[in-house]
Amino acid sequence: MYDVVIIGAGPAGISASLYAKRANLNVLVIYNGKSNLEMTEKIDNYYGFKDGIDGKELYINGIEQAKNLGVEIKKDEVFGIQNLGNTFEIRTEKEKIETKTLIIATGNKNIRPNIKGIAEFEGKGISYCAICDGFFFKNKDIAVIGNGKYALNEAKELSHIVKNITILTNGLKAPLTEFKTNDKKIKEIKGEQTVREIEFEDGEKIEVDGIFVAIGQAGAGNFAKTLGIMQSGDYINVNDKMETNIKGIYACGNATGGLLQICKAVFEGAMAGLSAVDYIRNFDKEN
Amino acid sequence: MSVKIFNDNNFNNEVLNEKGKILVDFYADWCGPCKMMSPIIDEIAEEIENITVGKVNVDENPEIASKYGIMSIPTIIIFENGMPQKKFIGLTSKSEIESELK
Repeated sequence: MYDVVIIGAGPAGISASLYAKRANLNVLVIYNGKSNLEMTEKIDNYYGFKDGIDGKELYINGIEQAKNLGVEIKKDEVFGIQNLGNTFEIRTEKEKIETKTLIIATGNKNIRPNIKGIAEFEGKGISYCAICDGFFFKNKDIAVIGNGKYALNEAKELSHIVKNITILTNGLKAPLTEFKTNDKKIKEIKGEQTVREIEFEDGEKIEVDGIFVAIGQAGAGNFAKTLGIMQSGDYINVNDKMETNIKGIYACGNATGGLLQICKAVFEGAMAGLSAVDYIRNFDKEN
Repeated sequence: MSVKIFNDNNFNNEVLNEKGKILVDFYADWCGPCKMMSPIIDEIAEEIENITVGKVNVDENPEIASKYGIMSIPTIIIFENGMPQKKFIGLTSKSEIESELK
């Protein structure tokens, strides 16, 4: 069991790991995919670099710094997180990991695709959480929107409950899978009280009872929805200690919104790391 | 007031035939966000007067859940004189719910 698991290896996640590790905790950072920082060509407004610094270089330096301090870092994709009461289980592509605290530092990704009808039917057949809402689609025909491993994992969860599943990639390349796939671009989601039909841009229509959205990789918004972390819009709500409404879960960096800058991510990461340290010291006393 | 337990048997009598505002939280034990909703519902029941607050376990009472088109939980419906007046889908803040009750 880990003391602290941090999802995300950008400035917020790595900064959190440094403070938690320096307090001698058992720390793991899981990351996958591209960080915003990694894709930034040049950073000119961060303290201490007189000629600016390449985003990718700063990103890699951060990960190396954490490794040098003894932080364990794994490249793996997180599919879901379960609250076990006073610990958390993280399901990744490769394994299940248990931890006493969790720091969400995934950055912020829009979990809602830009398709007409999506917002209108949320909660009326459109869901972002297979574990929460799969139950309502027993023996029904459903679609999963997405084309990555996360979408396939959500489809697998649902396959035990629903009758038929179609994976809709919305114009992206269809993944290799035993599920039926459709790679046409979606024009509109239609229905009356609830979702009934998906219309593609070429005019083809299919009937569905429900749609589960799982585009790209699972991120802060997906974890918030499945765990019940309070959000304002797409951002996770935290207090000044970076605590969310769930004890033992913290969020930092772009996932919490506000100023989307490295300095803010570094500060929030440090705060989240220190808060996790405080929490663990009490946790170990009480358990 | 404490939170009442509504089910397929008592829903008509205790919600639909009652006067005034009744807040109903549709939940299930296996739903993470429902567990985070629950303490907020308890606080509302405790703090706001002149309103009845209750819960429906959708696992055990599929009829009511289906009648009110519940397809995502937690869902909160505020009934007034037996008619659904307002629906909140997903984890909702206390202040958002309270503003509907005043």
